[in-house]
Amino acid sequence: MNKYDKLVTNAAGRVVPTIINGKNAVPYMGVGKYKPVGYRAAPKLTSCADYPADGNKVIPSLKEALIKAGLKDGMTISTHHHFRNGDMVATQIFDIAHEMGIKDLMWYPSASFPCHEPMTKYLEDGTINRIEGSMNGALGRFTSEGKMKGLGILRSHGGRYQAVQDGEVHIDIAVIAGPTADLFGNCNGVNGPAACGPLGFALADAQYADKVIVVTDNLVPFPCIPWQINGNYVDYVVVLDKIGIPEKIVSGTTEITKSPDRLLLAEWSAKFCDEAGLIYNGFSFQAGAGGTALSIGIYFSEILRERHWKARFARGGSNKYLVQMLEEGLVEYILDGQTFDLDGVRSMRDNPHHTWTSPFTSYNYHGKGNFSSMVDIVILGATEVDVNFNANVVTHSDGYLLHGIGGWQNTLFGKCVILPIPLFRDRMPVIRDEVTTICGPGELIDVIVTERGIAINPLRTDLIEKMKNSSLPIKTIHQLKAEAEKICGVPAKPKFSDEVVAVVKWVDGTILDSIRKVIK
Amino acid sequence: MGEIATTGNKGKGVRSDCFVTLELCDQGGIQLQVESKVAVMYGDDIRNEALEILDYFGITNAIIKIEDSGALSLVIAARLEAAIKKLIKTDKAWLPPMLPENAYSTARDRNRFSRLYLPGNSPSLMINAGIHKPNGIILDLEDAVAPDKKYEARFLVRNALRAIDFYGAERMVRINQGDRGIEDLEYLIPHNVNLILLPKCEKPEQVLKVNVKIDHIRKVNGITAPVWIMPIIESALGVINAYSIACSADNIVSLAIGLEDYTADLGTKRTAEGNESFFARSMVVNASRAAGIQPIDSVFSDVGDMEGLRQNVLRSKALGFDGMGCIHPRQIIVIHETFAPLPDEIDKAKKIVFAFHKAQEQGLGVVALGTKMIDPPVVKRALNTINLAVKMNKLAENWRETHEQI
Repeated sequence: MNKYDKLVTNAAGRVVPTIINGKNAVPYMGVGKYKPVGYRAAPKLTSCADYPADGNKVIPSLKEALIKAGLKDGMTISTHHHFRNGDMVATQIFDIAHEMGIKDLMWYPSASFPCHEPMTKYLEDGTINRIEGSMNGALGRFTSEGKMKGLGILRSHGGRYQAVQDGEVHIDIAVIAGPTADLFGNCNGVNGPAACGPLGFALADAQYADKVIVVTDNLVPFPCIPWQINGNYVDYVVVLDKIGIPEKIVSGTTEITKSPDRLLLAEWSAKFCDEAGLIYNGFSFQAGAGGTALSIGIYFSEILRERHWKARFARGGSNKYLVQMLEEGLVEYILDGQTFDLDGVRSMRDNPHHTWTSPFTSYNYHGKGNFSSMVDIVILGATEVDVNFNANVVTHSDGYLLHGIGGWQNTLFGKCVILPIPLFRDRMPVIRDEVTTICGPGELIDVIVTERGIAINPLRTDLIEKMKNSSLPIKTIHQLKAEAEKICGVPAKPKFSDEVVAVVKWVDGTILDSIRKVIK
Repeated sequence: MGEIATTGNKGKGVRSDCFVTLELCDQGGIQLQVESKVAVMYGDDIRNEALEILDYFGITNAIIKIEDSGALSLVIAARLEAAIKKLIKTDKAWLPPMLPENAYSTARDRNRFSRLYLPGNSPSLMINAGIHKPNGIILDLEDAVAPDKKYEARFLVRNALRAIDFYGAERMVRINQGDRGIEDLEYLIPHNVNLILLPKCEKPEQVLKVNVKIDHIRKVNGITAPVWIMPIIESALGVINAYSIACSADNIVSLAIGLEDYTADLGTKRTAEGNESFFARSMVVNASRAAGIQPIDSVFSDVGDMEGLRQNVLRSKALGFDGMGCIHPRQIIVIHETFAPLPDEIDKAKKIVFAFHKAQEQGLGVVALGTKMIDPPVVKRALNTINLAVKMNKLAENWRETHEQI
């Protein structure tokens, strides 16, 4: 079987395969153009007669649970990134599969982290055929060099839910790490030594996988309250000594930036929102976990405090700064997809105004609407942006795949999407003629804020009009690009072979772009 | 084996810089090795630039390694030229083009609320300094550069003066003490530096010596733009001689005080309240005012404590200072906001100035606010406050048209 076949040019002008790992795929058709037909995938029917009446689903070891779940060659195994770089579960699964001589598994993580580097050896020896999800750091490098057997597929958090729901991906075994669980399989992420906040990324897996294994290091007597994952979805429960490294789960990478340049980006972004009238009593926003995005929250707070306004809701990734806003009454609700520190975990556990969400509620594009399009201001990052406002978050300008998409694509549907990014990083200009990889179509990206000026998407004539007399340095994206190249020089493009090593899916499951093998 | 020279910086945390290792040989041609984090984008540019510079200096046999962490062209050129000149004697210089944006000169009495110190051998901090809009940017060749890096820093500072956009900030350099400082001038004066900071100034002779050199370089290069001098008083002797230093040359525009060295000289410690330096600060303010120049305060070193900084600026302003140094761009806005006339100061000044104009229109010799007589110096101070407020966009130029008399 070829990794891919039948290349066509899609609506974004990118050449993409339409047969991927033996399955048909639809090329990207434009925002909102592709409409699915038919019915959602359905999980297998089951009967309580096959489950212990006393509710006790505990199995002595992960290996036994995997064997009971029918682990065999070619299966799809899913895991979740609630523990971020402190995950101790995903690698164990493949250690066991390797030991059992199982081959050609598809790993379906909701995201990968540097701690998953050991997976490269299983990709090399054929235990794992490919990754569909995200390929970070070493895994991205491995993929970019053309070493992965199958074709990698990158999906957003919403796209991951959509793929399962639509039947594109059938999960054979889902392994859900639950920081606190009972013997029936109810579990949550707000209690226990490995507390991480919500468990929303595992929702699709619980609902649709053939077999679901909950792994915990904090088994409590029934009932485990709250149950973020219902035990009714769960086949087996496994108790391990330790499932995650707490200090890496709540990584502390999410401090407010001290970099004066990034603070300037934050200040200008907040000022832009204010001058453009995007901040009002009852507005909503989503800021990512990066230092710049966090600092924007500080500036928002100042504005809200001064005018006695409140944000109706903020979307998390939450952390102590957002929690402070909630507790100070500057934000009425936090709708949280993941939690970045212990203050976030505590708040989610104790404050009814801090509630967990899932990719189903927030991001799934094949639903009856989702939350992302209701958010007023969305602050995001990017590795590159081009003169048409298309943006890239997965590859670097040297061509290497280094990051996953996360919820980035999904949040682009917010009412005003702002990317505060430095005009150049060291000597790497961020604004290019054409992004190396398109992850977000330019029509959804409204404003680029750099330390040398702010560019508004020409499609947003309303914003351009509002900012006509702004005190901020409004420039065109071409001016910004020229300014960066005057300082850095005109960069050469990376050299790629024709070979496709991975594809980027759009939120509707269509193929947005191809990632090609890097020539060293 | 030939002689080996190294310049620049490398390792964890080093950004926008490069480390050059140069070995001159008798044969073998040029063997150039470039390791760069931006190799894909600029690898060829870096190679070409290096080869061009080697060729310019007539080097035909050498082993060169450039370990690059994203240095801009002007930085690579400075590092390579410094390495070459450590090994060969030459009068030639490889100058990056002078940015037309940097071709401005500055007025004697411009605002000098903030001046941002940057280490003279750290390119990453220089590139974006101007976007934070300090009144002045100081490239520091003195205390912020390690002794073994002093030589190479001159090339970097020179290239920065030419090729990094200062975005309108006054272009300042703090030179070294003594003869080394005099030598520094060769790398600065031809490249449109606006102001030279003279460290550890204790006697007028130091100013005169610097000026002799500056005048010489200006004459040789046909430079007409002014080069201002800001002596820094940082010792007991300097404080005692402050007035004669302030009067020693007509290109002195301000006197700054450096409190770390001063308190060390006194044998005491710097405190937040600053009682130990009250005399010295007052002396510097007094000497400056007597000489008709600007008194400038020392830096506030806790970059995390913005409220402490604000209090410090208020004290400084109350003593009569016109500005202070800063060591982090975040301090700039606090310094500007606090040195600028505050809202209640503006309100008070508006009333006085309004009454003053009214008195003039009515041909009255005495200005009165209600039943209170206003003395001429108070009027003068109010006029200064209003002018500053207008200059800093805190007050509309035509404010009198909308001012309601109280």
